[in-house]
Amino acid sequence: MNAVLKLFVAIVALTAALNVFAAADLEVNTPGVNAIKQSMQARHTQLAGHYNSGAVGLTADGMVALRDAGAVPLAQRQAVNALVAAENNDRNALYAEIANANNHPEWQAEIRSTFAQRWIQRAQPGWWVQGSGGWKQK
Amino acid sequence: MKKIWVTLPLAAFALSACVTINIYFPAAAAEKAADKIIDEVWQTQKADKPAANQPAAKETK
Repeated sequence: MNAVLKLFVAIVALTAALNVFAAADLEVNTPGVNAIKQSMQARHTQLAGHYNSGAVGLTADGMVALRDAGAVPLAQRQAVNALVAAENNDRNALYAEIANANNHPEWQAEIRSTFAQRWIQRAQPGWWVQGSGGWKQK
Repeated sequence: MKKIWVTLPLAAFALSACVTINIYFPAAAAEKAADKIIDEVWQTQKADKPAANQPAAKETK
C-alpha cells in the first residue's frame, strides 16, 4: 500500500511540476526570434524619427502604419514605405515564430494582440497609436 | 490493494488537468515576453544592463 501511495505522490508532484513549467514561461529565446529581434532593433534607429514626427504610428493589430504621409518629405516617402513594409514583415514573422517555438501555432493571434497592447502601452510620449476610436497621440 | 482504484483515477485526473492547462494561452507569460522583446527592440531597458548595449543606439535629435 505504501508503494501505491508513494507512486501517487510522485505523479502529483510530476504533474504539478509540469503545470508550473507550462504556465510559467513562453519560449522566446530561439535563433529565429533572436534574428528577427536584431533586424527590428537595427531598423528602429531609422523608424524612431518617424514615430516622433507622427508619420508612422502603431496600429491596434500589432503592426506599424504610415498614418501621415505629409509629415515625410516627398523624396523620403518611398524609403518610409519600405521601412514600414519591412517592419511589418518582421513583426508578422516574430509573432508566428514565437507561436511555433512554443509548439502552439494557434497562439499566433493571441501573441499578436498581446504585443499590440504592449507596443501601444509602452510607446513614448508624442508617438501616435491606434485605439478603438482611431489614432491618438500619446 | 483496493485503494489503487482510488489513486489511479486521481492520478489520471491530475494528468489531464496538466494537459488542459497547457492548452490555454499563458497570457501573463506572453506579456512578460513581449515586454522583454520590446525593451530590446526599442532599447528602452532602464536598470537592467545599461552599459552592455551598443553605444550608437541613442537617438540624436
